[in-house]
Amino acid sequence: MEFSTFIFYFFATVLVLAGLGVITARNPVYAALFLVLAFFSAGGVWLLLSAEFLAIVLIMVYVGAVMVLFLFVVMMLDIDFAHLREGFWKYLPMGAAVGVLLAVEMGLVLANGFGGKPMPAAAATITGQATPVACGNNICELGRVLYTEYAYPFELAALVLLVAMIAAVSLTLRRRSGPYSEKYISPESQVAVRHEDRMMLVKMAAEKEAPEGPAAPAGAEGQ
Amino acid sequence: MDAIKQMLGNLLEPLFGPLWPAVWALITIVALLAPLMLCVAYLTYFERKVIGAIQLRVGPNRVGPLGLLQPIADAVKLLLKEVIIPSGANKALFVIGPILAIAPSLAAWAVVPLDKGVVVADINAGLLYLVAIVSIEVYGIIIAGWASNSKYAFLGAMRATAQMVSYEVSLGFALICVLLISSSLNMTDIVTRQGEGTFASMGLGFLSWNWLPLLPMFVIYFVSGLAETNRAPFDVVEGESEIVAGHMVEYSGMAFALFFLAEYANMILVSVMTSILFLGGWLSPVGFMPDGFHWLALKTAFFLFVFLWVRATFPRFRYDHVMRLGWKVFVPITIVWVVVVAGWMMSPLSIWK
Repeated sequence: MEFSTFIFYFFATVLVLAGLGVITARNPVYAALFLVLAFFSAGGVWLLLSAEFLAIVLIMVYVGAVMVLFLFVVMMLDIDFAHLREGFWKYLPMGAAVGVLLAVEMGLVLANGFGGKPMPAAAATITGQATPVACGNNICELGRVLYTEYAYPFELAALVLLVAMIAAVSLTLRRRSGPYSEKYISPESQVAVRHEDRMMLVKMAAEKEAPEGPAAPAGAEGQ
Repeated sequence: MDAIKQMLGNLLEPLFGPLWPAVWALITIVALLAPLMLCVAYLTYFERKVIGAIQLRVGPNRVGPLGLLQPIADAVKLLLKEVIIPSGANKALFVIGPILAIAPSLAAWAVVPLDKGVVVADINAGLLYLVAIVSIEVYGIIIAGWASNSKYAFLGAMRATAQMVSYEVSLGFALICVLLISSSLNMTDIVTRQGEGTFASMGLGFLSWNWLPLLPMFVIYFVSGLAETNRAPFDVVEGESEIVAGHMVEYSGMAFALFFLAEYANMILVSVMTSILFLGGWLSPVGFMPDGFHWLALKTAFFLFVFLWVRATFPRFRYDHVMRLGWKVFVPITIVWVVVVAGWMMSPLSIWK
């Protein structure tokens, strides 16, 4: 038994337990943290397949960015747990049907994909198992394939992401107007401020003369 | 490294059998982390002395000669203090928070080469691994902030999330420029590539390092590193005058010290990375002097000094200005510079053939 076998079973066990934790945890913050652990363990398993680029990108994108924001939102929500569990029996048939369908689909893939037939050639190249590659490492080979054979699909995917990004920015872009407009201070104008703008020195005499004529007596209005 | 591994392997491999790779990994990790922890301890001493000198004070000078035992005394004091868990806190996550803060900042050191071949894991995706590990550093702060059940701590955690996720973008684009011109993600290759070129063959190695062609990226990388480690002037995460101490406000004793250790280990990491990526790592600046670890140590010490110098000089940024600098200044500049460098490499004027 090789040492990497120990590591595989360790990561696989943690992955399955973390996956169970995601769906059983009562507290959504715990569920999100279990999901982080699951991503991390999946990254470890991929590393063992010498797909280091995919493994590290999984951790960088999902653990480092997506789950941080997810956790951020979940922590700020004020969730009423009793209310959440109310409709359990009502939604159970629908949920069970979707679950069974997913299980059947995965079973079909597992039975036909890994049952007896060898892995498809493209997948084998990406995981770096078969076909000795020209540049010797996974990242280099992945880059070569992406920018030569799959250049158009890759650029199309990039374009779709760009459109999504612009849409997200324009959805949240807010120019304050109306009653709240005076609260908004542009950072540009604040950064560009000069000391002459901050304070004005006014030259004036040290003492004022008393105003002419006596002030009206306090009780004069009542008469 | 290989010779030591061979020698120890002959001696210990029969003893551990299939576990020998794990044992060897543990030995290298301890050999790296023990001196690192000592550096972290003395960085706090260095910081207090430097800031003391800048502010015309003496700094620590009571414990031991010149105050040199001060970090040891601080460590002992923190170890002996009680770790208080607030009654409303989420106990499990409250304890996990500091652990998650320090673990990534130590794990990142696995791919950092200290000299040619002296590295725990010489992997092809070294730079990518580093970016991934740095991006999970924020979890310690978020979890600590939420589990403390305190408004100040939670505000600190929210600021940390937004700030660290924002500055990772410009940090990543600066790294893309470096890996474009080195055409490798391996840190040893990145350093080796900086030792080649016209100026290096003339004996003026420091002019062929990456800082010259990538000068804007060099500056942006270091400033983003300041923001990423939550150091002044970007320390709004723990701004004492606004939110007391942010995510650390409920922590005491060694749990607090772990956040502190993580911050200082990250400072050293950013300094070492700036030296490796832009200042040629262990390469000697001039041809007639030999390369070696001492050059990397010298460059790292310089950047650490800049960290402290900046802290003693600049006032804290306001929170919205931190965000503005990250998204509206650094991100556009770095994106444009990636395109410029890529175009430069494909043009006949390319200096990286």
